[in-house]
Amino acid sequence: MDIKSLEKTAAEVRIGIIKALSNAGSGHPGGSLSIADLITVLYFDEMNVDPSNPKMKGRDKCILSKGHANPAQYSALAVKGYYPMEELMTLRKLGSKFQGHPDMHKVPGIEMSTGSLGQGFAAANGMAIANKLDNDPGRIYVILGDGELQEGIVWEAAMAAAHYNLDNMVAIVDHNKLQIDGENDKVMKVTPIEEKFESFGWNVITIDGHDIEAIKDAFAKARECKGRPTAIVAETVKGKGVSFMENQAGWHGKAPDAEQTKQAIEELGGEL
Amino acid sequence: MADKIATRQSYGEALVELGASHPELVVMDADLSGSTKTGMFAKAYPDRFFNMGIAEQGMYATAAGLALSGKTVCASTFAMFAAGRAYEIIRNSIGYTKANVKICATHAGITVGEDGASHQTFEDIALMRNIPGMTVLNPSDDVSAKKLIAKAVEMEGPCYIRLGRAAVPVFYDDSVELEIGKGIQLRDGKDVTIIATGIMISEAMAAAETLAADGIDARVVDIHTIKPIDEEIIIKAAQETGAIVTAEEHSVIGGLGSAVSEVVVKNAPVKMAFVGQNDTYGESGKPDELKAKYGMNADAIVKAVKGLL
Repeated sequence: MDIKSLEKTAAEVRIGIIKALSNAGSGHPGGSLSIADLITVLYFDEMNVDPSNPKMKGRDKCILSKGHANPAQYSALAVKGYYPMEELMTLRKLGSKFQGHPDMHKVPGIEMSTGSLGQGFAAANGMAIANKLDNDPGRIYVILGDGELQEGIVWEAAMAAAHYNLDNMVAIVDHNKLQIDGENDKVMKVTPIEEKFESFGWNVITIDGHDIEAIKDAFAKARECKGRPTAIVAETVKGKGVSFMENQAGWHGKAPDAEQTKQAIEELGGEL
Repeated sequence: MADKIATRQSYGEALVELGASHPELVVMDADLSGSTKTGMFAKAYPDRFFNMGIAEQGMYATAAGLALSGKTVCASTFAMFAAGRAYEIIRNSIGYTKANVKICATHAGITVGEDGASHQTFEDIALMRNIPGMTVLNPSDDVSAKKLIAKAVEMEGPCYIRLGRAAVPVFYDDSVELEIGKGIQLRDGKDVTIIATGIMISEAMAAAETLAADGIDARVVDIHTIKPIDEEIIIKAAQETGAIVTAEEHSVIGGLGSAVSEVVVKNAPVKMAFVGQNDTYGESGKPDELKAKYGMNADAIVKAVKGLL
């Protein structure tokens, strides 16, 4: 898909996020908006997936290890055609298939139930190992939060992916620099991220996580890298695209009210 | 004297056999492949064995990813670090996803022996049977371990299998038919039923002999599947013998004793007593010394039965 169309699609994904969270009355807008461009490029340009055949053999998989940002993935899957966007308006409500954190058995296109941080990364390793055993060409993409890097299991997984030369997997770190209690590096220093992954034996690429062309380019470079996994450190803005949410830790885990929803959707060029 | 074989050894042998008939079988370990005996599989099928290093949490989440990609995974470490350290990973990444992972945990209970309290887990059955959809198996000897491991590999979904370090008497005959979820009555009796699991089976049989000499006719039942538990055999025992003593190499809180009580109080309340680890840590020592000191042997069962009747 060309850059302009991807940008337009990313705006659609963001509008879906805002509408779903507004309907839900709770959830995580900040970290959903920060990965909207990354997830759009994944589903609309990079990954080999088929919404009419979610379990297609040989497909690529995207695991959202930072499961709380699932409005972004849910919205992208809706725009992609896995289900109508209206269905997503049941997000977080009793009986909905759109749980507060992803349930792989309820939503087509979700490959792993996540939410408890760090586990999706290690599970993605398992999928990458399985694909190697089966000569399955499918690639595994796992999206991590920067705060999530504080979990010990992340580094167990980082070690294992390099040890088993998992060049069929890409870890994308959403480096928006904020977590619930404030700035990452004030809560528990996670930087330098690049050097950590490099020292674990990874190929590391740093990009502007809102620059569609740079995201496409990074995925292409990851494909070319053989013998080791690739980490893409995406410099992002928490709440990206909605002026009053940008760079505000307070928008990690609360939904916009009616007035805020209206303003957010206007800013994103959508309609209520 | 019957042969003595540790159930971890049975596990290693079973894996080598199952590896041939199950090409989808993958085995993982966390740097204990010599102790858990997964090393036997590693030697036979090096391409399907993954040592994850001393990283149990990562191992079980990675096992989930492999299983959700169509593999049957047996992932092993000591029971303390499987059920204990990796509990929440097993709960969320294996239980919640219904991943086809067999958590084959060795070195359970007091018979770990000399390694002492940090390595002796009495909580694993309690932790694992709380997870929705988790099958919990506790074989008692070489024959039952091999048969139950094969059944576990053939069934779909998460399963916890408790295995031991110490060599234990081979109890069952090769011809025995074992079914997941079905208890086995090993000895009939009318005065009391000893419901035992794992290595406490042979202790229960020895206790029944001693009791017989004292004129107490004890029934003995093997509950090798803690979950789903065989309610029928327990209710029948309660109704027909009127008293139940449970025996396990596990805490009296949350394990077999609790699982049996849940069935008994709902269906046929009778007097019960519980043989197991009594809310305390273990210590270093020889397995038999520890079993005696912490009250998990035939003598302890005899005492519990006499106290109850």
